This record gives sequence, C-alpha cells and structure tokens, in this order.
Amino acid sequence: MGSTLLDAISLLAHLDPQVLAIVWLSFQVSLGATALGSLVGLLLGTWIAVAEFPGRAAVTVLLNGMMGMPPVVLGVIVYLALSRSGPLGTLGLLYSPTAMVIAQTLLVTPLIAALARQTVEDAWSDYRIELTALGFDRRLAVLTLLHDCRYSLVVAVLAGLGRAMSEVGAVMIVGGNIDGFTRVMTTAIALETAKGDLPLSIALGLVLISVVVALNALAFGLRQWAMRRYG
Amino acid sequence: MFPIRLEQVHFTPNGRAVLAGVDLCVDGEGITLILGPNGAGKTVLLRVLAGLERIHGGSVAWNGAGAPAERIAMVFQHPVLLRTTVADNAGLGLRPLGLSRPEVQRRAADVLGRVGLSHRARDSARHLSGGERQRLALARAWAVRPRLLLLDEPTAALDPTATEAVESIVREIRTGGAKVLMTTHNLGQAMRLADDIVFIEAGRVREHSPAARFFSRPQSQEARLFIRGELPWRIAFPD
Repeated sequence: MGSTLLDAISLLAHLDPQVLAIVWLSFQVSLGATALGSLVGLLLGTWIAVAEFPGRAAVTVLLNGMMGMPPVVLGVIVYLALSRSGPLGTLGLLYSPTAMVIAQTLLVTPLIAALARQTVEDAWSDYRIELTALGFDRRLAVLTLLHDCRYSLVVAVLAGLGRAMSEVGAVMIVGGNIDGFTRVMTTAIALETAKGDLPLSIALGLVLISVVVALNALAFGLRQWAMRRYG
Repeated sequence: MFPIRLEQVHFTPNGRAVLAGVDLCVDGEGITLILGPNGAGKTVLLRVLAGLERIHGGSVAWNGAGAPAERIAMVFQHPVLLRTTVADNAGLGLRPLGLSRPEVQRRAADVLGRVGLSHRARDSARHLSGGERQRLALARAWAVRPRLLLLDEPTAALDPTATEAVESIVREIRTGGAKVLMTTHNLGQAMRLADDIVFIEAGRVREHSPAARFFSRPQSQEARLFIRGELPWRIAFPD
C-alpha cells in the first residue's frame, strides 16, 4: 500500500505525460461544460426568480429535482440522442470530447440554475419594490440582480464545476473512455482501478480531490472576502 | 402632472380596508406632510402614488390624466442598497433612463456632493451608518431629478443629528423645484418641515390644511387628539 502511494506521488512529481494529458482533458471538458451551463443556468435561474408566469412553482420544483439527476441516466439520454439512430446522430459527436461537454452541460445547468434561482429570489424579495419604484423593467432587474448577487452566484458556478469534475457516469457513456482522446480523470480512475494499476488511479484521485478541495476553498474565500468588502 | 386628485380611493387587500375612500388634492408646490398614527394608511397612500399598488376603487388623476407626465421618485423607510459602491448606488435610478455612463457618473457625483457623501463615494454602500444610508437613498432619488418626491418616514430610525441632515436635504430638494410628499408620525418634524399637512386616520383623510393652521386650529376631532397626544388608537393588551 505504501509503495503504491509512493508510486502515485512519483507520477505526479515527475509530471507524467499520461497523467497530465488526462488532467488537461478533464479541465477542458468540465470548464467548457461549466461555462455553457453558467451562461444558460444563471440567466434561466434569475429569470425564474423574477418572472411571474403560470406554472412557476412546478418549474421550480422540476429544476430543483433535476439537481439530483443521476449522471448515468443523463449519459444514457445524451447517448440515445447522439447515437447513429438518434435525432442528432448525423452530427457524429458520440465518443468525442464534444459529447462529453454536452452531457456535462446538461448535468450542471439545472444545478447552477436552481442555486441561482434561490439566491436571486431572496434578493428580489428585498429589492423588488425599490427597483420597481426606480422604474426598472424585468430585463434590467435581472441584470442588476445578477450583478448584485455575483459573489453568491460564483459559488453556484463553482458548485457546478465541482459536479462536472467529479462525475463519471455520463462521460463514461458518451465519451467511451478512449485512451488519449476521451479519457478524463474519473473514467481513468474507474478503468485503472479495475485493471489493477493503482498508482495511476491514486495519482489521478489525488489531483481530483485537490481540485475539489481547492474549488471549495475558493468559494469559501470568495464569500468571506465579499462579505467583508461589500457587506 | 399637478394637481394630483384622488377621489374615493379604496385599497382593500384581502377585504381589509387600508384606504377607505381617500379624497385628496395635492398641488405641485412645497412640502406636504402626511401625518397620522401607525396603520393609518400613510405608506400605502404613497405607494399608490408611486404606482406600486393597484387601487381597488376610486380614481387617481394627474392633472386630469391617468398617469403622471413627469418623473416620480420614492425613498423608503429602510432603503435597500446594492452590494456595490456608494457612487454606483447613487446612480442606480439613472440606469432605466438610458443615460451615458459619464453622465450617470457626473450626476451621481453631483448628488453625493449635495448630501455630503462625496468622501465615501468609493466605499461599500452597505458599510454606511443609518443616517448615511438614508442620505444616499435621498441622493439616489434626487439624481433622477423627480418632479414629485415621495418619502416614506425617511427619518423614523435616525438620531436627531441624522434627522436634521435629512430634513436639510429635503428642504433643498424642495427649493430645487420638486414637490415633496412625506409621511411621518413625528409632530416636531411636521412642524419643522411642512407647508401643509394631510392628516390621515383609519384609511381616510380627516384633514388637509396649511401647517400653521393645522397645529393652531385643527379642524377634525381626530387631529386634535393626535396633536394633544391623546391616543384613541392605543393598543389594547390582554390583562
């Protein structure tokens, strides 16, 4: 066990090209998905927080429910959409990093939207009368609330990135875990553990844990700083 | 825009008569204080004029028209300040007007100077004291150059020094040509500020008269009791 751990640390210390390639692709896929998910999720969540329309409560419940969507189920849905006989099969995206980005985007968008909705709805209940009295329409109110809640929303985005980085089911199904092409940290850990290559699994696991802890530390630090700076 | 004429205005959320047939005519000059006990309907009356509440009966006419032709601003008892700088908050009300950024910054700096907050322009608005917050809220309203300024008990939570500063700003805004309509239950403040007084009680206007006459010769029994501090509105506690 001790020697396995030493081997894992050695892989990281020597910047093993295989480890670096897997980590780099993981970041590319997850950051891309989080960026897209944030764009859609923040606007969607803020709009739901501010808008008044029939069925708003049902949409909110659905959105909150989708936060807990199992990645493997989502992976199957995206797989069916992108497979040769699926509606998007002609695009030829299955088993590509793009397919992984699509799957993770669909995974993190509801999470970011639901967290944004809750944050902005709380702010809107405080600001609604004042902004209305100042002549703000809904579009301007949404933009103002997004800006005012920016530090809390960054936390929502980081939560989305954390979920994207740590999920395995969706990217395994739509990416195929192809060596050097669609293999990311989580899928590599699953495969290498099954093969018995524990040093590589542990090395990637250490990177993954470091990333998740760093994201949480960043979110915590950002909120603390914002509270001190802006109250 | 003026006179603003309210006729038999009713506001009855969930069947409760908050405004129970308000008749009132407001001209475009000076400071009108809306005076009355808690729960009389003062704040709701301002919110109706600000377009924040839809009335359930009666009419509001702005010089005969259904909507105000000029700008209205409102300052609340507990103003909400955004998590940004004092200067950004001062310019907040200008965003819907589509002004250029330099113009917004210029106007924000101008009003901050007038309310004595220039030195705090780059600080976080949420770090201001209660009095400074209220001055910033006044600056924010002033920046939009309103023809009608509605103030909902802006000094209710302030100490005498901060209250004096706010009253001084209100007088300056009036001098600048804005009509000020302000609620209070503070008789001293009403004496210091008001050109005319609207006394409201139980959702009805009981009296509307020049301030001097209101305090020397109140016409209604309710106003007389209120001025003397005799409180028929006393809250009854169980034994």
